[in-house]
Amino acid sequence: MAELILSPNLTQADDFYADLVAAHEGLEKSESDAFNARLVLVLANHIGDNAILKQALEAAALKQE
Amino acid sequence: MNKIFEVPLYAYEASPDQSAPAPVRHKVIVVGAGPVGLAAAIDLAQQGVEVLVLDDNDKVSFGSRAICFAKRPLEILDRLGCGQPMVDKGVLWNKGKVFFDERQVYEFDLQPDSGDQRPAFINLQQYYFEQFLVDRVRELQAQGAPIEIRGRNKVEAVGTHPDHVKLEVETPEGSYTIEADWVIACDGAGSPMRAMMGKDFVGRVFEDNFLIADVIMEADFPSERWFWFDPPFNKGQSALLHKQPDGVWRIDLQLGWDIDKEREKRPENVIPRLKAMLGEDVNFELEWVSIYTFQCRRMEQFRHGRVIFAGDSAHQVSPFGARGANSGVQDTDNLCWKLKLVIDGKAPESLLDSYDQERIHGADENILNSTRSTDFITPKSQMSRILRDAVLDLSEHYDFARPMVNSGRLSVPCVYDGSPLNSADALNGPSQTRPGASCPDAPLGDDFLLPKLAGRFTLLTIDADAPDEIEVDGITVKRLALSVKDDPTLTLKRRYLGDATGAVYLIRPDQHVAARRDTYEENAFRHAVRRATGKE
Ligand SMILES: Cc1cc2nc3c(=O)[nH]c(=O)nc-3n(C[C@H](O)[C@H](O)[C@H](O)COP(=O)(O)OP(=O)(O)OC[C@H]3O[C@@H](n4cnc5c(N)ncnc54)[C@H](O)[C@@H]3O)c2cc1C
Repeated sequence: MAELILSPNLTQADDFYADLVAAHEGLEKSESDAFNARLVLVLANHIGDNAILKQALEAAALKQE
Repeated sequence: MNKIFEVPLYAYEASPDQSAPAPVRHKVIVVGAGPVGLAAAIDLAQQGVEVLVLDDNDKVSFGSRAICFAKRPLEILDRLGCGQPMVDKGVLWNKGKVFFDERQVYEFDLQPDSGDQRPAFINLQQYYFEQFLVDRVRELQAQGAPIEIRGRNKVEAVGTHPDHVKLEVETPEGSYTIEADWVIACDGAGSPMRAMMGKDFVGRVFEDNFLIADVIMEADFPSERWFWFDPPFNKGQSALLHKQPDGVWRIDLQLGWDIDKEREKRPENVIPRLKAMLGEDVNFELEWVSIYTFQCRRMEQFRHGRVIFAGDSAHQVSPFGARGANSGVQDTDNLCWKLKLVIDGKAPESLLDSYDQERIHGADENILNSTRSTDFITPKSQMSRILRDAVLDLSEHYDFARPMVNSGRLSVPCVYDGSPLNSADALNGPSQTRPGASCPDAPLGDDFLLPKLAGRFTLLTIDADAPDEIEVDGITVKRLALSVKDDPTLTLKRRYLGDATGAVYLIRPDQHVAARRDTYEENAFRHAVRRATGKE
């Protein structure tokens, strides 16, 4: 089964982070929430693998075993 | 005006059973002449099983009920001899539009699959559906088939015994007692049979109300399914517009939970709502208005000894996805051949337990789909609304989000994966025809495959050898020999062979695959027949 990558994988981590924050600039809270929701859906579709997405949902929940 | 739902179709008539000195015993009694009870009775009568239908009413179902019938039930109705009038009368559609807020977000076109005789869906009022079934009952009676419907015969008490069931029936001329070897309870979601037997019916009620209106209008809306999320004329809620025969349109308007139902139903409140939706200058007449609350629930078991529940009495779903009547007809399709074998002593009674397993599997699938649709249409939390709206907003711009838009997943037949009647898959073939699946259709020149598979066990060979007939414990299995050359469109090959060069399928009387291999092997297929009839 494919494994979710949880080790550093972004070549330009600082750039991505800055873009992400910038994308929210000037947005109301409700607009930001909607943006985040759309972003998750766009990324999920790109990943396109339910097994990976399940692992991602678990990883994001921060529940330590 | 004499609407068809106002005319008694099976008026009360006294039966000799009412004055018999001792209770008369019938082979099978079906309680309820709704779509499911009628389908069950026709199926049994066609197989020569004596069947009596009791209904507390004498008319077809009135008001706003099922309108959308899917391909698989139509194929079953073909087997029951009444698919054609339904398709002739029904409205064909394959286009739809989805609106969100004030705008159209996308439209779709479900390209008709040319490999099937029947369309993906038709829209037809439930009262026509029932009327065509009653017409078929009359036709069978004229041919001498052992089938009878008794109107205004209300079952008021039930007694279960190891070898029969006793029913107390109320009529306009008093009550009488009759008996049956088997009873099929098709008495609807409120099933008095279920209540009288003290059986549970648990599940989830959706805290929401829907105004369902059927309106007659002369308007040039196309034959499409239009669904609105959060439209300006019904803020925060949903709406649906769908065409039916005779210029009747079905409109669903979600109303929310805290409403005064009686008030909302009054024409002076309904008409302004509809005008806001359809436009001020559209002329329409209300045929029927009701307010429904929907639920998803099922009985824990459908078979209770000699009483077997089918249709809404056994399971209920919200109508998004059109799964109620559609799945009920699949219940009877599953049940009747099994009951016939048991009645004839050709299969053990335990075969009927596979009805429970297979149709509970089907009901759970329907409940899951219908619950998901309801949750998409009515998000249950702030975040689920944000996600839902995100899907809709994305769907306007990108194809990828459209499959996530859920305004009802239209009914497709359930695959009986894991059924005890299946034999292990021994063909490296397409997954859509694996054991447990219902056979997809395929064109054969001027004809189609499914009508050739109807009503008995069949050994379907495609470019493979097999005997013309085998007999297994009194069950005759006839061969249908085909070649990929019989279908120049190659649908048969695509659906039944895939990469294989030949195949042998054992197909059940309900057109589900029981077993398949690349070649005929006497022993394997004998076992498969025994397995498919509950003997292994
Ligand atoms: C608004 C709405 C829209 C729907 N849309 C669709 C759709 O598009 N597609 C779809 O497939 N389904 C749809 N459905 C569901 C569909 O209407 C039902 O699933 C279907 O009617 C179930 O059929 P049935 O025969 O099991 O029960 P019913 O149709 O309820 O019939 C039960 C029968 O039993 C009789 N009866 C009851 N008690 C007794 C008694 N004690 N003695 C004798 N007889 C008795 C009744 O008179 C009745 O005739 C919709 C439902 C609603 C409400």
